[in-house]
Amino acid sequence: MSEDILAGLAGIVNEVAGVPAEDVQLDKSFVDDLDVDSLSMVEVVMACEDKWGVKIPDSEVKNLKTVGDAVTYISANV
Amino acid sequence: MTATIKAPTPNAYTRIISVGAYRPARVVDNAEICTRIDSTDEWILERSGIRERRYAAPDETVIDMAVNAAKVALERAGIDPTELGLLLVASCTYPYLTPSAATQIAVRIGATGIPATDISSACAGFCYGVGMASDIIRSGNAKYAMVIGAEKLTDWFDPSDRSLAFLFGDGAGAVVIGPSDTPGIGPTSWGSDGTQIEALGIAPSFLEQRQDPINNVPMLYMQGQTVFRWAVTEMARVAEEALAAAGITSADLSAFIPHQANNRITDALVRSLKMPESVVVARDVVMTGNTSAASIPLALSRMVEEGDAPSGGLALIIGFGAGLAYAAQVIALP
Repeated sequence: MSEDILAGLAGIVNEVAGVPAEDVQLDKSFVDDLDVDSLSMVEVVMACEDKWGVKIPDSEVKNLKTVGDAVTYISANV
Repeated sequence: MTATIKAPTPNAYTRIISVGAYRPARVVDNAEICTRIDSTDEWILERSGIRERRYAAPDETVIDMAVNAAKVALERAGIDPTELGLLLVASCTYPYLTPSAATQIAVRIGATGIPATDISSACAGFCYGVGMASDIIRSGNAKYAMVIGAEKLTDWFDPSDRSLAFLFGDGAGAVVIGPSDTPGIGPTSWGSDGTQIEALGIAPSFLEQRQDPINNVPMLYMQGQTVFRWAVTEMARVAEEALAAAGITSADLSAFIPHQANNRITDALVRSLKMPESVVVARDVVMTGNTSAASIPLALSRMVEEGDAPSGGLALIIGFGAGLAYAAQVIALP
């Protein structure tokens, strides 16, 4: 399950921010490691909502610092 | 027998006859912005697409800029100012609650005495004005109307605020709207979402400032991620609605002129609306920054002046911002 979400998320981050999908690993920080800025992060979040039918409110977005944070949140709320 | 009230004689259609713009002289590039915030030209370009913006002189007012834009629009329309039957001014930075900027502008353009008032819909204000002016002309209550968007945003943000100081600029744009033999302004798709007051605005209030003049200075605030998400999702829907209401599709458009908030919002809208390559997309934000209510007429003016899209071609205009308020129309380019 988590592996599927990680793979899906990697595809999204690649599409939105042009980051190579293989760089999208659980321990990577969106901002510091992957250079995903705040607006790209919103696009990543919206794409995740579409893909998995989860709700990720703006108040939650700031807590999603690493790829692992996002995978955990999506897994728990899907 | 009760007397019958005479109703105004309606006009079937309206159009934008002319547009005029005023850009203050001082050009502020990203290098200058970076003397006040910890940032770089590259960072600003990536987040916003903005290269430079114009700043009004310290003694240059919203009214001064509006008057300059209005005079250009009037001259291009070839009508006498006294022929205007309505003046609507959209601004969120005019620093008086009353009287309105519009009454003063009417005097300065030689139209003393005409109906004149302001619209408080921030970045959506210009499109609110176009919708209202068009409908008032169609009703027959006015023949010609002027709608102005004019802003001096530099009075209302902290130049050291890293999150937004690079975004904003000053300027004014004006259009003359009048009756037309053919439809030149489509139905307005508009609305508001007052639940999102925290997303964008100017606060604290003047009353709070009275209690603590030093710490309670009204300043622009913005939750960038919230506004971005709302703009790219909801405004795509509103844009579709305006196209459908006008009975056209994006393939019929010559131009797309969204509020020039940030190129990233424009990019996302172009993607989600699947705008055909043939549609010219306004990118005035690159040279002008975000000028709130003035941004659409400024972008429209540049497009007309530079011949980017043909006169009579169809354009989708959409304004969105604090409120959160929004309005969109399909127009025929002047």
